[in-house]
Amino acid sequence: MANPTGIGASVRRREDQRFLTGRGTYTEDIKRPNQTHVHMLRSPYAHARIRGVNAADALKAPGVVAVFTGADMAADNVNSLPCGWLIHSKDGSPMKEPPHFPIARDKARYVGDIVAVVIAETREQAKDAAELIDVGYEDLPAVVSLRQAVDGSAAQVHDEVAGNLCYDWHLGDAAAVDAAFAGAAHVTKLDLVNNRLVPNAMEPRAALGEYDPATGEHTLTTTSQNPHVIRLLMGAFVLGIPEHKLRVVAPDVGGGFGSKIFHYGEEAIVTWAAKKVGRPVKWTAERSESFLSDAHGRDHLTHAELALDKDGNFLALKVSTLANMGAYLSTFSTSIPTYLYATLLAGQYKTPAIYAEVKALFTNTAPVDAYRGAGRPEACYLIERLVEIAAREMGIDKTEIRRRNFVPAEAMPYQTPVALQYDTGDFAKNLDMALPAVDYAGFAQRKAEAAKRGRLRGIGFATYIEACGIAPSNVAGALGARAGLYESAEVRFHPTGSVTVFTGSHSHGQGHETTFAQIVAERFGIPIENVEIVHGDTAKVPFGMGTYGSRSLAVGGSALVKAMDKVERKARKIAAHLMEAAETDIEVKDGRFTVAGTDKSVGIGDIALAAYVPHNFPLDELEPGLDEQAFYDPKNFTYPNGCHVCEVEIDPDTGVVSVESFSAVDDFGRVINPLIVEGQVHGGIVQGIGQALFENCVYDEDTGQLITGSYMDYCMPRAHDVPSFAVSWHEDQPCTHNPLGVKGCGEAGTIGAAAAVMNAVIDALAEHGVTHLDMPATPEKVWRALNQSRPAMAAE
Amino acid sequence: MYAFEYRRPASLAEAVSLLSQAEEGKILAGGQTLLPTLKQRLARPTELIDLSKVPELKGIREDGGALVIGAFACHAEVGASDLVKRRIPALADLAVHIGDRQVRALGTLGGSIANADPAADYPAAVVALKGTVKTDLREIAGDDFFTGMFETALNPGEVITGVRFQAPDKAAYAKFRNPASRYAIVGVFVARFGNEVRVAVTGAGPSVFCVTDMEAALAKDFRADALSGVAVSANGLNGDIHASPEYRAHLVTVMAKRAVEACA
Ligand SMILES: Cc1cc2nc3c(=O)[nH]c(=O)nc-3n(C[C@H](O)[C@H](O)[C@H](O)COP(=O)(O)OP(=O)(O)OC[C@H]3O[C@@H](n4cnc5c(N)ncnc54)[C@H](O)[C@@H]3O)c2cc1C
Repeated sequence: MANPTGIGASVRRREDQRFLTGRGTYTEDIKRPNQTHVHMLRSPYAHARIRGVNAADALKAPGVVAVFTGADMAADNVNSLPCGWLIHSKDGSPMKEPPHFPIARDKARYVGDIVAVVIAETREQAKDAAELIDVGYEDLPAVVSLRQAVDGSAAQVHDEVAGNLCYDWHLGDAAAVDAAFAGAAHVTKLDLVNNRLVPNAMEPRAALGEYDPATGEHTLTTTSQNPHVIRLLMGAFVLGIPEHKLRVVAPDVGGGFGSKIFHYGEEAIVTWAAKKVGRPVKWTAERSESFLSDAHGRDHLTHAELALDKDGNFLALKVSTLANMGAYLSTFSTSIPTYLYATLLAGQYKTPAIYAEVKALFTNTAPVDAYRGAGRPEACYLIERLVEIAAREMGIDKTEIRRRNFVPAEAMPYQTPVALQYDTGDFAKNLDMALPAVDYAGFAQRKAEAAKRGRLRGIGFATYIEACGIAPSNVAGALGARAGLYESAEVRFHPTGSVTVFTGSHSHGQGHETTFAQIVAERFGIPIENVEIVHGDTAKVPFGMGTYGSRSLAVGGSALVKAMDKVERKARKIAAHLMEAAETDIEVKDGRFTVAGTDKSVGIGDIALAAYVPHNFPLDELEPGLDEQAFYDPKNFTYPNGCHVCEVEIDPDTGVVSVESFSAVDDFGRVINPLIVEGQVHGGIVQGIGQALFENCVYDEDTGQLITGSYMDYCMPRAHDVPSFAVSWHEDQPCTHNPLGVKGCGEAGTIGAAAAVMNAVIDALAEHGVTHLDMPATPEKVWRALNQSRPAMAAE
Repeated sequence: MYAFEYRRPASLAEAVSLLSQAEEGKILAGGQTLLPTLKQRLARPTELIDLSKVPELKGIREDGGALVIGAFACHAEVGASDLVKRRIPALADLAVHIGDRQVRALGTLGGSIANADPAADYPAAVVALKGTVKTDLREIAGDDFFTGMFETALNPGEVITGVRFQAPDKAAYAKFRNPASRYAIVGVFVARFGNEVRVAVTGAGPSVFCVTDMEAALAKDFRADALSGVAVSANGLNGDIHASPEYRAHLVTVMAKRAVEACA
């Protein structure tokens, strides 16, 4: 009988009980005796030389404990925040890596750059005192947009980085691409912007630093997706604290979407300052600070060309992208527009030749790094826009042109021209499932019916494939990653048969406490109530790389399976001993160990008891205890893929786009918890719709001030902006190289949705001669596109 | 937020006297505008005088052919009021489309019009419904109340006690909301009193204004089509990242037509 809380069961998220009843413990909830509060004084200028910081008045203000500046950190030999991925330019030179100090030293380089910190008894006292600090700013011209950054005459964000160019990288075979273009029957060209986004996790970032002079141990509690990574980066590179004296805890974390992967200056500041002032130091971002200082996402400017033969077969793809790094290199910033973007440019298609060039540029804006999908939504959006434009230009149905170019399922494993090897995927099947689900045949009728109501209706498709489960460490290392990318797990049976699992991945909305427990429950035939999942504390959990890039189940889950394998191996030996049988005769099913061909059996609970109360135990062969640890380094990426279809209607009077339907057919490999998978897809789709229609991070091009610095101007999608989604999947293309056959589902919705929505918008506008619009398709933008032939309309 | 003294008077007279004695006093109504301003340290009042316990500012009542709504009535209360829904349904409809549930539960009529945000909804109703703003000192005609962007005819220390709205024969409010903030990018309140029609526009300009051409056209022919040739100029209208002056000008006509249609 199937385990009701095992694999494939829609078990409700166990963690929701505490989250929904206000009993979670977030960093801000932790209040230490004698705790102080730090306020980060942030630069109001996008680019300014710091002539000096005079804190004399602030130091005299009520409640102030200390004021620190960049000079204080320099005096203590505090180093730059490191970048985790080294990219080499075309010419072989390493990327430019200017220092990024937690507190700026010579110049402030974006609005929000920290220039001094005030530590006081209360948050308000710290803020009051910060107003008394006199920073000698010398305002400098700012470089804000990518176009400004590449302009040779622009100011330089870093004096030592000529032309603001971090790297000029490429991938693929330029000669093969040129040759293919020379023989092409048709070339589709596209210039597009991938709009900059603010991640907006529900819980703002927070950090609490503590130092115990008795033991010399530092503790950092922080809103992180990967506490071990923070411990390594901050301990080894920034503050010089050895790992055994540094504990990093990421307790309940309220969403990350990538923005909480990175090591931020505030973490180093509270850890360092806690020792300086001899008291705990707490920081919690206000929402305005989140807007200013969380690493942003996307921000590409791209020119792309697709060469096709006369039948619409793709011959070659040529892509040239400018990617905004912001003012400094955030932890994984450099890998996003390269190895997580250009390597995905084949998409689901067998395009034989691809060449991509990426210039990464510094600007006087907040750092830009991974945001849900990280590089892959940018690749998907580019490819899928090109494909639909090409279909229209060549008069081929948009589904047919895709079908013609899909990598066939029989071709798996498939080596793309941009480094990746897809293991499995049946792209035609995804499309075949999607077409009846969305009633593609009935679209013309729906469009005609909408026209009767004065509405423009459009349908758009997006097929996507993503590389998840990052990554084989040796591959990542060869490509410049400065860390390994395995995952860890420990499975600890307790004497009476309950289990604690320690995982190096981190849950901040993904539901690990439920899914990981289901995997253990399934394996050992126990209810999930008997399984506890522990994560997020370097003092408890073996070294792990954390959660991002839809990797937790594919990599962390695989480590868990390996640890369970070890437990089972030992348990089998114990069972053989208990039942006086040969180990080879023991059969294991659902946690029962049976002597083959007999009715003699013991359960895992009995074995655990024997392991911890080893009165009858093979002590000469085995150690007591039942507690195993494993590390898993994947052999390949995993390749979730799918087909998303969106229908929109546009009100031509106002330009308002409404999303009428959205269907997703996905291949996530094997699904552990359908309820959670659906939730992940829903959330992802909403974020994709957000990028397509609503969200846009805007800086003033002259001053570098963040214009969309609050929800008054930065538009998040709301529940009423989205329809009820139709989400389905198939499980007949499991991943071939991990033990669970899983691929990951965390980012899929975001990757497919923006492209599907924009394709639908352009489809709706096509009869009015509109071929492209940049995201977000705001009402005015759409209205202007509709009225471009009669711009004087408003003044008529 | 800077430190301030908090006062909670129990009568209008006490509120007025506290205000006059305060070094730099500020009235606190629903706090939906004032508190974010204070949190961002953009204002530094010495005293906040909370009106929540002042009985004279509460309630909604009929007064001849008009409705008098207390300054402290919150948007949710106006939106849910049977009296408002019966006498001026367009006003109840306006109130339920302000902001979000939290804002409607706290934000007040008095706070909204005292603040005179160019994108606020109520100013359109005050003007279109021939409103009269009542204060502790006097009555101010709605047409004279809004004098500019965030500016009103109120004197320092003057407290709004309520607004008298005339009940029209027909009225409707059509709002094109800012997708981010939910304020009005353009809101048009159309009200018909016998042969007279009022078309008041909020959101589009620095302050609420009437479109007399539309009023004249509708007085002759109260149908949406009557507005087809009538446009407002983009000159002097607001422009921001959400909507340019040209787009706002266009939306005024679109929303005016929708309001007229909704009157049917
Ligand atoms: C997220 C959000 C969305 C919003 N969306 C909308 C919207 O869609 N449409 C809209 O119209 N509004 C909107 N608002 C504004 C809201 O409706 C409130 O009405 C408005 O903030 C002011 O009302 P209040 O009662 O909160 O006043 P407060 O914030 O308490 O006070 C505002 C100002 O008015 C003064 N004041 C208050 N009462 C009186 C009085 N009786 N006499 C004299 N002066 C007084 C105060 O001193 C202060 O200067 C939104 C607000 C928020 C936060």
